[in-house]
Amino acid sequence: MTKLIVILLSAVFINNYVLSRFLGICPFLGVSKKLDSATGMSLAVIFVMLIATAVTWPIQYFLLDPNNLGYLQTIVFILVIAALVQLVEIVLKRYIPSLHKSLGVYLPLITTNCAVLGVTILNIDEGYSFLEAMVNSLGSGLGFFLAMVMFSGVRSKLEGADIPESFKGLPITLVAASITSLSFLGFGGVIENMFPA
Amino acid sequence: MNEILIAVIPVVIIGIICAAMLVIASKLMAVKEDERFPAVRDCLPGANCGACGFAGCDGYAKALCESSETPANLCIPGGDSVAKQLSEVLGVEFEDVEEQVAVVHCSGDCEHTQDKYEYHGIESCAAAKLMFGGKGSCSYGCLGFGDCAAVCPQNAISVVNGVAEVCSADCIGCGLCTRTCPNRLISLVPYRKAAVVKCSNRDKGAVTRKACSAGCIGCKKCEKVCPNGAIKVSDNVAAIDYGKCKDCPDFAACAENCTTKCISTMNAPM
Repeated sequence: MTKLIVILLSAVFINNYVLSRFLGICPFLGVSKKLDSATGMSLAVIFVMLIATAVTWPIQYFLLDPNNLGYLQTIVFILVIAALVQLVEIVLKRYIPSLHKSLGVYLPLITTNCAVLGVTILNIDEGYSFLEAMVNSLGSGLGFFLAMVMFSGVRSKLEGADIPESFKGLPITLVAASITSLSFLGFGGVIENMFPA
Repeated sequence: MNEILIAVIPVVIIGIICAAMLVIASKLMAVKEDERFPAVRDCLPGANCGACGFAGCDGYAKALCESSETPANLCIPGGDSVAKQLSEVLGVEFEDVEEQVAVVHCSGDCEHTQDKYEYHGIESCAAAKLMFGGKGSCSYGCLGFGDCAAVCPQNAISVVNGVAEVCSADCIGCGLCTRTCPNRLISLVPYRKAAVVKCSNRDKGAVTRKACSAGCIGCKKCEKVCPNGAIKVSDNVAAIDYGKCKDCPDFAACAENCTTKCISTMNAPM
C-alpha cells in the first residue's frame, strides 16, 4: 500500500510529467491559456493515460515479451493508443454526448501525445505490476492536471502584465513555464523522507 | 528477411485489427447528423465571428438544423445573400438581415461647445481624454482627434467641425470604432431605423446646457411624443430602444419635438 502511495505522490510532484520530465509540452503551452480549456484538456489526458496503460500493459507482457518482440514496443504503443483514443471518442459521442462535448475537442489532440506514450513506456521500463502501472498513470495524469491548472493561472496574470514588446507572446510564456517548473524542484526528496524505506 | 517479416507481420496485424475495430465502431455507433448540416454550413461565410450569437459558424449551422425556431437572418457579415441561401436550404421564408451601422452619439461641434483649455499634446483622443477628460467643455463628448477615423477600415468616419461623423453608406458595421472611442460615443444601430440620439451627456439638464447647447437636457419630451414608446430618458439622457422604434420616415415626432435638436433622423437610403 505504501508503495502505491509513493508511486502516486512521486508521479504527481517529483516526476511531474510536464515540469520535471518535460513531456507533453505542446498541450501545456497550447491549451493553458484559459482555465476551463486547461481543465478539459487535463481531464482528457488523465482519462487517456488510464485507458492507454490498461491496454498497453497487457500487450507488452502477453503479446510482445513472449514473442521476443520487445523492440516493437514504441511503434505498437503509438498505433494502439491512437486507435484506442479514436474508438473512445466514437463511443463517447454515441453514449455520453455531454462528456464528449467537454472532452471531445481535446481527445484527437492527445492521440499521439508524448506524455501519454511516455507514461505507458515508463510503466514498462520501471517494471511496475498492473496495479502499480495504473496508479502511476493516474498520478501522472493528476500531475499534468496540476501543472496545467497552475500554469493557466500564471498565464492569466501574464495577460494583464506590462511585458516588454520583445518578450510578448511565446517568450514570456516559456520564461514563466521555466520558473513554474523550478518551483517543483522544491519537492525533490520530500517523498523519500515522508516514507523512509 | 525472416527477421523483418517477424517484425512487420505483427504490426500489420495489430494495425488491421485496430482499423477493423474503428470501422465497425464508426458504423455501429454512427451518430445521425442532420443531412442538411453540410449544406447549411456551406452557406455560411466561415469567418467564425460570432456575430450571430452562436459559437462560430458550426454552432450556428447546428442550431439552424436542430430547431426551426432559429432565425436564418442572424449572419451579419454574410448579409442578405447568405440569409437568402439559408432560407432556401432550410425551406423557411426569407427575412432581411438587419444590417448595422455606426452612429456617433454626440453633436457638440465647435459652435455648440467651448474649450476648457488649449491642448497641445499628442493628437489622439485617448491621450486628450487623460487631460481632465479632454479640452471640450463637455467631458462626455467627442474629443475630435479621430481615433475612430484612424481604425475605420472603410474610411467611413471623418471629423467635421470637431465631431466625428459616420458616412452610413460606407459603414460596414464592423464595430471597431465603438471599441476605440475612449468616451464610448459610437454604437451600432440597425440601418433602417430612423432616429438617433446625438448626445451622451449624463449630467443634469442645467449642467449639460452650460457645457453644450446641443446636448440632451433630459426633458422627456421625446418620451411623451414617441408613438411607439421606444424612447426612455435614463441618467439624464434619452435612449432609444431599437426593438420598439419603428420607421417614422415622413414625420419623426421625437426629432421634431426635441428641445435642443439632439435627436436626428438618419436618412438611410433604402
